[in-house]
Amino acid sequence: MALISKDDPGRELLLMGNEAVARGALEAGISVAAAYPGNPSSEIIGSLAEVAEDMGIYVEWSVNEKVALEVAAAAAVSGLNALVAMKQNGLNVASDFLMNLNLTGIRGGLVLVVCDDPSGISSTNEQDSRILVKSADLPLLEPSTFHEAKDMVRFAFEVSREINNVCMIRSVTRISHARGNVTLGPLPSARPKPHFDTNIILSALPASLTHPTAHRRFRQAKRLLADSTFNSYQGPDTPELLVITCGSGYLFSQEAVRLLGLESRVGLLKIGTTWPLPEELILSRLRDAGRVLFIEEVDPFLEDNVLELFAEHNTTLPKVSFLGKKSGTVPDLGELSPGLIIGILADLMKVSRPHADEAYSSTATDALRNFAPARSLAFCPGCPHRASYWAVKKALALDGRDGVVFGDIGCYALGVLATGFHQSKTLHAMGSGTGMASGFGMLGRFGATQPAIALCGDSTFYHAAIPALLNALHHQSDLLMIILDNSATAMTGFQPHPGSSVNAMGSQAPAVVIEDLCTSLGLKTVIGDPFDLDESAVTIYELLQESGTKVLILRQMCALVGAKKGPRRYTVTVDQDKCLGDECGCDRFCTRVFRCPGLNWDVSLKKARVDEAICAGCGVCADICPSHAIVRERA
Amino acid sequence: MKKDPFNVVVTGVGGQGNVLASLLIGAVLVDRGYKVTIGETYGASQRGGSVMSHLRISRDRQYGPLMPPQQADLVIALEPSEAARILGQFGNPETVSVVNSRPVYPVDVISGDITYPDLDELKEKIRSLSRESYFLPATEKALELGNPILSNIVLIGYAAGAGLLPIDVDGLEKAIAEYLSPEKVPINREAFLCGMNMVR
Repeated sequence: MALISKDDPGRELLLMGNEAVARGALEAGISVAAAYPGNPSSEIIGSLAEVAEDMGIYVEWSVNEKVALEVAAAAAVSGLNALVAMKQNGLNVASDFLMNLNLTGIRGGLVLVVCDDPSGISSTNEQDSRILVKSADLPLLEPSTFHEAKDMVRFAFEVSREINNVCMIRSVTRISHARGNVTLGPLPSARPKPHFDTNIILSALPASLTHPTAHRRFRQAKRLLADSTFNSYQGPDTPELLVITCGSGYLFSQEAVRLLGLESRVGLLKIGTTWPLPEELILSRLRDAGRVLFIEEVDPFLEDNVLELFAEHNTTLPKVSFLGKKSGTVPDLGELSPGLIIGILADLMKVSRPHADEAYSSTATDALRNFAPARSLAFCPGCPHRASYWAVKKALALDGRDGVVFGDIGCYALGVLATGFHQSKTLHAMGSGTGMASGFGMLGRFGATQPAIALCGDSTFYHAAIPALLNALHHQSDLLMIILDNSATAMTGFQPHPGSSVNAMGSQAPAVVIEDLCTSLGLKTVIGDPFDLDESAVTIYELLQESGTKVLILRQMCALVGAKKGPRRYTVTVDQDKCLGDECGCDRFCTRVFRCPGLNWDVSLKKARVDEAICAGCGVCADICPSHAIVRERA
Repeated sequence: MKKDPFNVVVTGVGGQGNVLASLLIGAVLVDRGYKVTIGETYGASQRGGSVMSHLRISRDRQYGPLMPPQQADLVIALEPSEAARILGQFGNPETVSVVNSRPVYPVDVISGDITYPDLDELKEKIRSLSRESYFLPATEKALELGNPILSNIVLIGYAAGAGLLPIDVDGLEKAIAEYLSPEKVPINREAFLCGMNMVR
C-alpha cells in the first residue's frame, strides 16, 4: 500500500509537503488530477499517479500547464472535484485559460496549487504567483506546515464548491520540498457521476455579465475565508512588535522569537488565507500594535494588502509604523531563513543574537574559506548532454561563422555554464529557444551571417516548442533545431510525456514519435547518437550548411534512467602507461575541458584517473584523449 | 534525545543518496512519536552541487525546515569537504560529526580551476570544529556491498551504533518497507549492520 493512500485515519506519517497536498486531495474525494511536471511542484501529481489505480482516480501528466488546467476544468464543470498543480512559471502558461475560467466558474470543485520557488533553487526565476491570483479575483490560501497543507486542500475544495469557482493554494519550496508530520484523515468512499449540464453555457463573453459574477463569488469567498482556522495570533495582548507572516515565514519567525526570548514582547499573526484578507482579525491586531513587521516570500504581497487595508481605515486606527520589504528591513528577493529573521528581530528589539565563541567562529570561517571548495553545477557522469554540447562546440568551431545556440528549459539549461562549455547563449521560458531561433533565422535579409541553432529537450519539444517549429517552417526560417531526446522529463524526476509509451498511471499509451511528426511536416529530420562525438559534430556541421528549417534528434537515454534500467555500457579505465600526464601536449584536455565528474586528475601521479564509484560507463571520454589512454571495454 | 530540538544535518553531493538517508531517519523517528521536520535541497542543485538536509527532531513541536546558524547537534557527511562546509555554518563546539572519508571532487577541481584541500588537513579542520568526529571508509564498504550509493545507510548504521541516533535495525526495516518498498529491505539492512559493526 502506497504511503499517501493509507486508509488509516489518525495515523501520523512523515510526508513531503507535496505528498500532504496529494493526500488532502484524496481526502477531499478528487476524481481527476493533472499537471505538467515542474519543481517544486512535481511530487503532487507524481504521488497521485502512483495510487491512481488503487484509488480509482484519473491522473495525467499533461502536455503543458494550460492543458492540465483545461483537463481538470472539464472534470470540475461536470460536477467532479479536480486538482491541478504547477510551478510558478507554469501558472504563466495556464493563465490565459485561468483568466477566462474565473469568469465562467465551475460546477464541482477545482483547486489549483501553485508552488513558488523563492531564490529560484530549481527555476529560472523566483516570480511571486500571488499577484496573478489577485488579478484573477480568486481566493488564495498559503500553508505554513505540512499537516496544514493537507487540511487546506480539503478546505479549498469546500470553498471552491461553495463559490462555484477555482480556489488557489500557494506553496513554496520550503513547504513543498520539506517533510513533516501529517495526521491522516478519512478517505471518502463514493464519487459523483460526471454530467455536463447543457442548459448552461460556460462562456466568459460578455465580460459585462461574467465579471460581476466573478466579483460576487469573490465576496462570498471572503466570508468563508475570514472564518477559517488557518489564521491565528499568538503573543501578548499589546505587543511591542507585531509580526504578520505567512507560508514558510511562520515557523521561521516562531523559532526566532523563542530563540531570542521575545515571547512576551513580540506577537505573531499568522495568515493562512492571504487573499482576500481576514480584515476584521487584522484590523483588531493593528489597533494594539505600534510597530508591524512583515515576514513573507518573495514580493510584499501581505505587506501591500495590509497597507491598503490600513489606508482604508486610517481615520479609526492609531498610528502604526510598518516595516518590511518597502522599508528595506527585509530583503525584497530570495528565500527567507531563520538566521535572517533572527538578525532582523534582534536588531529591531535591541537584544543580542546567540553566538558561538570567537575562536570557534574564526575556525568556522577558515573552514568555509579554505576547506569547502566551490561546487559548480555540472551534468551527471554519463549524461548525454555533455556529449551533445561537445559536438555542438566542435561543429560551430568547424563552421567558423560564430553560430548562436538558443537554449531552453531542462537539465540542458546548464549549457550556459562551463559543464556545457558555455554553448547556450539564451535561457528564458519553455520553448523560447526555438521561437527566438525562428526569429533570428529571418535576419539574413538584413545581412546576418551567423547560423542559428535551437536546442531543446524531448519534453520541452511537446510542451511549447512545436508551435515555434511550425512558425519557423512556415516562414522558411534558417535554423537547425537539435532535440536532445533523453527519453524522459529528466530534470523533474523522469515523468512520461507524449513521446513515452506509458502514461502517468503506468498504462500503455501510444507514443507520439518526434521524427514521425517532423517528417510528416516535410522537415529534413536526422537522428544521431550523441555518444558518437565525431559523427554528431560532422552531422551538425553539414546541416548548418543547408538553408531552411532542419531537425536533428540526438537520442540517448538519461544516465540516471539508464543506471536504473541496467548495468553500465562500458568499464572505463585510464591506461597509466599511455597517459603522458603533464608531459603530454594536451594540457590535461580530458579534465580541464571535458569536466566529467567521473574522470579525475590525480595530483600526486599527475595523470588522469577514473573514479569507479562515480563513472557511469558511457565511454565517451575515450574519444577525446589524443593519446588513446582512456580505455573502454564492454561491461 | 539529549536536546530538544535535536538538529541533524545530512550533507553530501547530488546523487549520493542524501535525501533518502534523511527520509529514513525521519520516518523511523516519526514512528517513535517524534515531531520531525526535514528541509531538503532539490532540483538543479542535484546536478553536481552540494546537497544538504536539515532534520529537526522534537518531542513537542513541529520546527521549521531550516535550522538557525550554529545549531547542528549531529552532522552526517557523505563527503568530507561538505562536512567542513556545514560545520562552518551550522557547527558549534558541541557538534558531533560522522564523516565518509572519500572525497568527491567538484568539477572545478577536476578542471584545475581550484584545488581540493589536503585530506589530512581537512580532517583536522573537521576535528577542530567538532566535539567528537568519526571518519569512515563508507564508500569502500558500500562498494564491497555492491553499490556505492549504500554509503548513506552505512553512515546511518554507524551513527545508530554509536548511540548518536535512537534508531535500530527493526525500525529501519519497517521504515524502508513502508516508505520505499519491501524489496529494498535486505540490502539496506546489510548496509546498516555493516555501519553498526564499524563501531568499536
